[in-house]
Amino acid sequence: MALLEIRNITRRFGSLEAVKDVTLDIEAGEFFTLLGPSGCGKTTILRMIAGFDAPDAGELYLDGRPLAGMPPEKRPVHTVFQSYALFPHLTVAGNIAFPLEMAGRSRDEIRRRTTETLALVHLEDKGDAFPHELSGGQKQRVALARGLVNKPRLLLLDEPLGALDAKLRERMQGELIALQREVGVTFVFVTHAQQEALALSHRIAVMNEGRIEQLDVPEALYSTPKNRFVADFIGTINLIAAAVVEASRHGLRLAAPGLGEIAAPVHGAVAVGSNGALAIRPEHLRISGHADRAGLKNHFAGAVVEYLFLGDVTVYKVRLDNGLLLEALATNAGPGRARFHEIGDRVSVEWRHDAGVFLPD
Amino acid sequence: MKRGFWLWAAGLATYAFLYVPLAVVVLFSFNDSELNASWVGFTTRWYGKLLGDADLLQAAANSLLIAIVSSTIATVLGTMAGIALHRWRPPLLPFLVLTPVAMPEILLGVSLLLFFRQVLDLTLGLFSILAAHITFSLGFVAIIVRARLAGMDESIFEAARDLGATPWRTFTRVTFPLIVPGIVAGFLMSFTLSIDDFVITFFVAGVGVTTLPLQIYSLIKVAVTPEVNAISTLLMALTLTLIALALRFAPETLRKSA
Ligand SMILES: Nc1ncnc2c1ncn2[C@@H]1O[C@H](COP(=O)(O)OP(=O)(O)O)[C@@H](O)[C@H]1O
Ligand SMILES: [Mg+2]
Repeated sequence: MALLEIRNITRRFGSLEAVKDVTLDIEAGEFFTLLGPSGCGKTTILRMIAGFDAPDAGELYLDGRPLAGMPPEKRPVHTVFQSYALFPHLTVAGNIAFPLEMAGRSRDEIRRRTTETLALVHLEDKGDAFPHELSGGQKQRVALARGLVNKPRLLLLDEPLGALDAKLRERMQGELIALQREVGVTFVFVTHAQQEALALSHRIAVMNEGRIEQLDVPEALYSTPKNRFVADFIGTINLIAAAVVEASRHGLRLAAPGLGEIAAPVHGAVAVGSNGALAIRPEHLRISGHADRAGLKNHFAGAVVEYLFLGDVTVYKVRLDNGLLLEALATNAGPGRARFHEIGDRVSVEWRHDAGVFLPD
Repeated sequence: MKRGFWLWAAGLATYAFLYVPLAVVVLFSFNDSELNASWVGFTTRWYGKLLGDADLLQAAANSLLIAIVSSTIATVLGTMAGIALHRWRPPLLPFLVLTPVAMPEILLGVSLLLFFRQVLDLTLGLFSILAAHITFSLGFVAIIVRARLAGMDESIFEAARDLGATPWRTFTRVTFPLIVPGIVAGFLMSFTLSIDDFVITFFVAGVGVTTLPLQIYSLIKVAVTPEVNAISTLLMALTLTLIALALRFAPETLRKSA
């Protein structure tokens, strides 16, 4: 039995369906992420788990018990708010002790656990400080400590890193992973930043307009997106319109208008004749300077229109002869040289027959 | 440069206009002469004379009692109103609560008088004065408390619930401590308004009970004696102290509600 079971929940605000028939299971010990663009219903789901809102239809179960009608203070679920929501009139130690006091713990236990948790988030010397005396990163840590101190079954985190600058965000990502591993509390994390989700999560539910588009481990979401929304939302991807000519156990034969035939791998069943697009990542494309002498099975001629030198890699934009614009990534691992092609160069774009994924319309 | 000079001049003139008359009152309360005409010498005998004036002492005692009772009740009710206005954001209620604040005093005085006499058929006296003072103070407290709440991150109240606090404990542990400065400022404000009020009290006091401002008014109908200067000076000192305290407790709250 999963720790948290969400069964067909729907939430309407007037005529807007903010959450549409969402079903998912969250396992104990997991770092689970709800990922999606702003306004897709992530916060609404968290609020229903925390007890600040209730679904119009569907049920939630925690440890097998229904949550309906249970007020927030009775749920063993704590939240880290994006604004941190620290109590301004209490010290750092007072903030962290708050949930323990509410739970009626003894004085000794409160003191011991507060000290332990301060150490856990590296704020041993800040116990007597007030929230307004802290930096953004320190406030973030206090909010985390306060959410974890009373060992909730579930910790909800609503875009907790959103207010931090890029450098700090990266460091906090590392700390979050370490912290979750150390305390073993189940995290439900919400973000609109796909890289953050990929870096942190055990599993990710990609949401769009109140629906779950795909629920998978990060690697699978990245390599085999189920539809165009997921393919587009996670990372960068090239979409090549094509129709299925032949489908077998070994692979697909696709026909791309103006390009010709493409060999692609099979992921699930696709019907011959169906239209769609081959989605392929920039790092799976190779650019060769010899437009006419191809090495791989899938190869198409074009011209370099732009390149972006990013240090470790260079991104090339190549316009194929049928007008399609593709993005290809070249690693700059060789010594000295980092630029292999100039704007206007005739090149061949190539990829393996088992790269990419076909997404039917 | 020039603009700065004129601004300074205008500012100085304004302050002079406000405070010179007050300074004259204070000065002449220490003047050793029956007439408010010219400076004769320093004395504190007018203050001593105040202590012998039984009517004045009774009026001062009434004023203090009314101020303490009315501002306490107005603070409790006004705080509840301020919280309710913030939490439920009712459409018409803010308007109704804030009306007494903006309403011309004379209108409020007349309408309260009519209400007490015609509708309730009340004998005017201590009770009607109290009711009137509570009526006009309550709105100020509500505004200050609401402004205090509006300046706060809403999510801290949800955070309290989320971390295991019942609604009541959320109030006692989070909401109340955070609005205390606003409540204190509101109380001091009500107290000042009550102890100084003349117009409304004049209408609803009836014949039995006199307050300090009413008593001063009846004294100056005869003549502006040094005794009046002395009692005015004391009242002024009390008012300024209360305002200073209110500003000290919640400067940002007052600025927001102003
Ligand atoms: N209390 C509410 N009343 C009306 N509409 C709401 C309310 N809460 C959220 N919404 C709407 O529901 C949608 C989903 O909101 P939300 O869950 O906050 O999205 P996200 O957290 O993914 O950005 C949005 O269109 C939002 O405007
Ligand atoms: Mg949100």
